[in-house]
Amino acid sequence: MTAREIQAIYQTGKAAPPEIAETFIKKIEELQPKLKALVWFDPEFVRKQAGALTADGKSKGPLWGVPVLVKDNLCVEGVPTTCASKILARFRPPYNATVIERLKAAGAILLGMANMDEFAFGSSCEYSSYGPTLNPWDTARVPGGSSGGSAAAVAAGMTPLALGSDTGGSIRQPASFCGVVGLKPTYGRVSRYGLIAFASSLDQIGPIAKTVEDCALLFSGIAGFDQRDSTSVEAKVPNCLEELKKPVKGLRVGVPKEYLIDGLDPEVKKALEAALEQFRKLGLKIQEVSLPHTEYAIPTYYIVATAEASSNLARFDGVQYGYRSGEGDSLLAMYGKTRGQGFGPEAKRRIILGTFVLSSGYYEAYYAHALKVRTLIRRDFDKAFEAVDLLMTPTSPTPAFRLGEKLSDPLTMYLSDIYTISVNLAGVPALSLPCGFTPAGLPIGMQLIAKPFAEAELFQAAHAYEQASGWHKREPKIR
Amino acid sequence: MAITVKDVEYLALLARIELTPEELKKFTRELDEILAYVEKLKEAKTQGVPPTSHVEALANVFREDEVQPSLKPEQALANAPSREGNFFKVPKIIEAS
Repeated sequence: MTAREIQAIYQTGKAAPPEIAETFIKKIEELQPKLKALVWFDPEFVRKQAGALTADGKSKGPLWGVPVLVKDNLCVEGVPTTCASKILARFRPPYNATVIERLKAAGAILLGMANMDEFAFGSSCEYSSYGPTLNPWDTARVPGGSSGGSAAAVAAGMTPLALGSDTGGSIRQPASFCGVVGLKPTYGRVSRYGLIAFASSLDQIGPIAKTVEDCALLFSGIAGFDQRDSTSVEAKVPNCLEELKKPVKGLRVGVPKEYLIDGLDPEVKKALEAALEQFRKLGLKIQEVSLPHTEYAIPTYYIVATAEASSNLARFDGVQYGYRSGEGDSLLAMYGKTRGQGFGPEAKRRIILGTFVLSSGYYEAYYAHALKVRTLIRRDFDKAFEAVDLLMTPTSPTPAFRLGEKLSDPLTMYLSDIYTISVNLAGVPALSLPCGFTPAGLPIGMQLIAKPFAEAELFQAAHAYEQASGWHKREPKIR
Repeated sequence: MAITVKDVEYLALLARIELTPEELKKFTRELDEILAYVEKLKEAKTQGVPPTSHVEALANVFREDEVQPSLKPEQALANAPSREGNFFKVPKIIEAS
């Protein structure tokens, strides 16, 4: 059931929010043991919100009675928000993130908290301290990450909508692995207030949904200026539900030639070529473009993102909230033991790397240099968008990989983000949507990238393709 | 460049993370591999290129200095691992002489 279908049901009066809520409570209870997509769930918490919606006669918000699952790094007042980390176990925020406030004001029903890689560090959901979420299309495979719980739950029908966050592909790659739609908005489009920070110059909160229309609906519910986030931008948010119906004929789509890499799976390549053909039939104009600095995107990202993370995660010190080690009789020893015991392996690895690139003697050669290369990567996009309206790439070079396949080698895990990372470095918006399936039945995703604040164009092209291709109608058989 | 166990020990101290001897060995090897990979960046020609620390043209945000509602002490302290009265409690900082 999509969000738009739920809204249609409310329109006819055939059901009220408590009945819809029960449907999803049942679905979560059935599938949670198989997929482990949620890390916190309390049916009474859901029932209370749904009941309150019918009780008051106030005007209905744009998400009235629609359930939304929340990634475990977004603060929800009084609800455990742990970033899937031991160091935040038992943390209950005393306030709501701006996106949560907006969802509540719009009448949405919060379903619970979704699994993720610890502090959003990862591409497979395997770095969660709760254990991995499994891919609904094949439970021997990962759902992607870091927003793996959100994407898997949407794909499995445990929720119509979910929030994720994306620092280097954490919404788009799991959306691709799970056969759903995910948007990383323009940097500054959605307030980060109440998002537990990973890399502040790259992080954005975004929607995950089964259809492009649902994705646009949730985006409209969370986007817009917020005084409490000094990087949030005062730009008008268009009515994306209306905009996405606009004709796409004549839109110019660029295919970056650098994106044909050695590691690109032949099935993914085939699906992308078929999608381009579909675009041509829809009247879009396809042309080759160049993003010459693409090969530097991953090393630049792993310097910039870890530097910011090492600084952001300094706050987890066992003093004001979260886990504290009982050992250590001095403050310094308490910090070291708390952080040594509280952080998982990938968090430690990234904090150490970030500390290195910022440390005296290495700062210039690594961090300062990477910031300059970041400028070159941004300019690539500026230049490409002089000739085209959208860019199209695979979302990930492969379909979902097997659990454990990349755990022993952090570098190959990082390489799986090759198509998504430069988008965050440039700050532009991008959307992933299904563009086919492998013969084994695994979803394949394509990524569309637009100019800053042109999310509406992403929705237009994606919606037209989705309606023509019909991939969104496939559903996983969960075993 | 070759990263040594001693380098990682120092970084872990800076980052306030106590590592086990196994972790030290593992991270030394992995950090070395990751840094060898990012060496690629040195090829990029950045002479005269300004750095991007942020994608927006940011301007300072000013507001009036007005009293706003804020957390009550009980809310702010509710997640504290250890407290005494309205204070966060930590192990002693000053060594006894």
